[in-house]
Amino acid sequence: MKRLLSGNEAVARGAWEAGVKVAAAYPGTPSTEILENLARYPNVYAEWSPNEKVAVDVAVGAAYAGRRALATMKHVGVNVAADSVFYASMTGMEAGLVIVTADDPAMHSSQNEQDNRRYSKFARIPCLEPSDSQEAKEMVGVAFDISEQFDTPVFLRLTTRVCHSSTVVELTEDAETLIAQGKPPLDKFPRNPAKYIMIPGHARKRHPVIEERIRLLADFAETFAFNRVEWGDTSLGIVTCGVAYQYAKEVFPQASILRLGMTYPLPPRLIHEFAAAVGRLIVIEELDPFLEEEIKLMGVACEGKSIFPIYDEFDPRVVRESAVKAGLLPEAAHVPLLELDKPPVPPRPPVLCPGCPHRGVFQVLSKMRLPVAGDIGCYTLALLPPLSAVHTCGCMGASIGVAHGAAQAGIGERMVAVIGDSTFFHTGLPALVNVAYNRSNVITVILDNRTTGMTGHQQNPGTGHTLQMQETPPIELEPLVRALGFERVVTVDAYDVKAVDAALKEFVKADGPSVLIARRECALLPEARRRWRPLRVVTDACNGCTMCFRIGCPAILKSDELDAKTQRPKAQIDPLLCTGCEVCAQVCPWHAILFREQLEEVHHD
Amino acid sequence: MIKSYNVLLAGVGGQGTILASNVLADVGLVAGLDVKKSEVHGMAQRGGSVNTHVRWNAERVFSPLIGMGEADAVLVFERAEAVRYIEYLKPEGLAIVDSEAIRPITVTSGGALYPTNEEVEAVYRQATKRFCMVPGAEIARSAGNARAANIVLLGALSAFLDLPEETWLKVIAGRVPAKYLELNRQAFLKGREAACSR
Repeated sequence: MKRLLSGNEAVARGAWEAGVKVAAAYPGTPSTEILENLARYPNVYAEWSPNEKVAVDVAVGAAYAGRRALATMKHVGVNVAADSVFYASMTGMEAGLVIVTADDPAMHSSQNEQDNRRYSKFARIPCLEPSDSQEAKEMVGVAFDISEQFDTPVFLRLTTRVCHSSTVVELTEDAETLIAQGKPPLDKFPRNPAKYIMIPGHARKRHPVIEERIRLLADFAETFAFNRVEWGDTSLGIVTCGVAYQYAKEVFPQASILRLGMTYPLPPRLIHEFAAAVGRLIVIEELDPFLEEEIKLMGVACEGKSIFPIYDEFDPRVVRESAVKAGLLPEAAHVPLLELDKPPVPPRPPVLCPGCPHRGVFQVLSKMRLPVAGDIGCYTLALLPPLSAVHTCGCMGASIGVAHGAAQAGIGERMVAVIGDSTFFHTGLPALVNVAYNRSNVITVILDNRTTGMTGHQQNPGTGHTLQMQETPPIELEPLVRALGFERVVTVDAYDVKAVDAALKEFVKADGPSVLIARRECALLPEARRRWRPLRVVTDACNGCTMCFRIGCPAILKSDELDAKTQRPKAQIDPLLCTGCEVCAQVCPWHAILFREQLEEVHHD
Repeated sequence: MIKSYNVLLAGVGGQGTILASNVLADVGLVAGLDVKKSEVHGMAQRGGSVNTHVRWNAERVFSPLIGMGEADAVLVFERAEAVRYIEYLKPEGLAIVDSEAIRPITVTSGGALYPTNEEVEAVYRQATKRFCMVPGAEIARSAGNARAANIVLLGALSAFLDLPEETWLKVIAGRVPAKYLELNRQAFLKGREAACSR
């Protein structure tokens, strides 16, 4: 049966067909949909772990227990999980362990463009890279086999264009039968101290084992079916991998291509033979010159980053135009862009949605002009004007530590950290422990929107449900924070601007650490949507003072009508966008925006 | 017989750009073509500009992305976005643009300018004679719901492609909830008619 599947859907399908029993992840674009899909297959335990490090430990535990296990994450998630990835490489496991790293060339939704193939060499773990969804599905199964054959974790490295492109996939018909025929799981947890307890004495004995493992894997790679040569005209030879293979095929349909499905370790004989058979040897790979460097280390001359960019993602145009410049293609292959006399195009950055519960908090922070250390989530968007209320954002969980460091350094302003609920559970908690224990006067605001917003509403330890929709006791933030030793902890409705304002003003006056929990579900959650009710501007009362424009709500528009005295445009509300959160009504000094209650009164009149 | 066809779809988050690209991809499959579809999730979607690439080929599609200057057609659900993505169109390619305006916050509370319908048409006329501005949202509203504007534009696109009307309607039926089926059917047919009448 053929179906159009995204790379992520295909990985989920492939993992299930390969008999995976346990899968763990923290949501992160472009990897999120793998677990969302896998969670729906029968006989698989799939969870959102609080962070990627925990996810890898969970998968390692399952693999120690003799069950095939999967951990998935975006590229920067591997940074969080790195400690666990490295010990897993040292120990090996009893059953297959596959770690999916979804890299994000072009940084569609990320803070950097790191190339995680580097981790495979760093940790001595083989790396497989599919070029489309069919390969993504097949390679998961192959990765489990390799993992078991060589007693090693295996990286499956995807990129955004593999994750989020849909291509035709042939599904295995009798997958359920095949899964049932898999090898029986262990009854007892292994007791093998020399292998599973990495004290220095054991680890010193394991290091040569994993070096030898990589040597054996390089041998294996020589005949690995996903490393293949597609012979064509031999004047040009191209080494490529992942989605870049597709661009190479499109731009150089005649060339000879060595497509590497395993990008670490590389097969030296295959590469030497290919290089010897072709004229000019080039490497087409996105991001780092990873293959290029490995090939050059083998003493084989090749060109890569001297021709193709080291940053951003490729597409056929990037590859073609780079090739024309390097003389690989004739000048006639150049496709000129249309020369157009274009009207200005207004920027359309992502923004906090209408009804976003973070808006009121940032309106107050903006007014108070406090320095704000931000974190990873929708609320980073408060960096944009008119709010301009976030001043740093580096990685998951960084906000609280950064604010603490600035405070302890003796900066003259009161530092604020803002962090979402899911991010708080991810890596914010240890940083908040640090604020409590080392006593800085940082104000921490936990923006508790009852979900993981940016990645599309995943459950987290505060929501009361697991990924597979089991009910679970939600972790209550206020008792948790109080247990750390904070005395000043206030929970408010995030829509209540006055309450947010009062709490923050009190915190600024006080000495010592404090925590504000601004709680209100994301306006896009189904239960919140049911309460949407657009507000209305009383045009006669509005004098165009601009206060409501300054909260940066997409539902508030400048009308064509000017105020007679101020000659400024009056406000109007787009009834299709407004959710009725009332933040604008609260900041309007002229009571020109009707609250929900008032709408009803007007309605009854 | 279609040998190869590349469509860039663009709009604003929430306009149904992804649903439209799903329909287009399925239509290609039903027509017996190889198909690839590419889209972006996450931060790029929060009310921001959204684009998807759909590629059909009678033999095999390699790249999931269309390079600039290589789209046989652009299908855009919002007119400022139409200007943003015009460079994807190949010379004399087909452009179908909804005249719908969704002003971004840089316009509503900032100083950025928003293009008029005339400006959009003028820039497309420089690129192609095959330009078609459709009041998609308006047509969809007359069919019952402005949200079906994405299907109206697909209807318009279908008028330029040599595929049976039933193929499109069958695919749409498979992609939308049953209670919205009649609405989307009407939206598709009205869009097809609007394009044909030009």
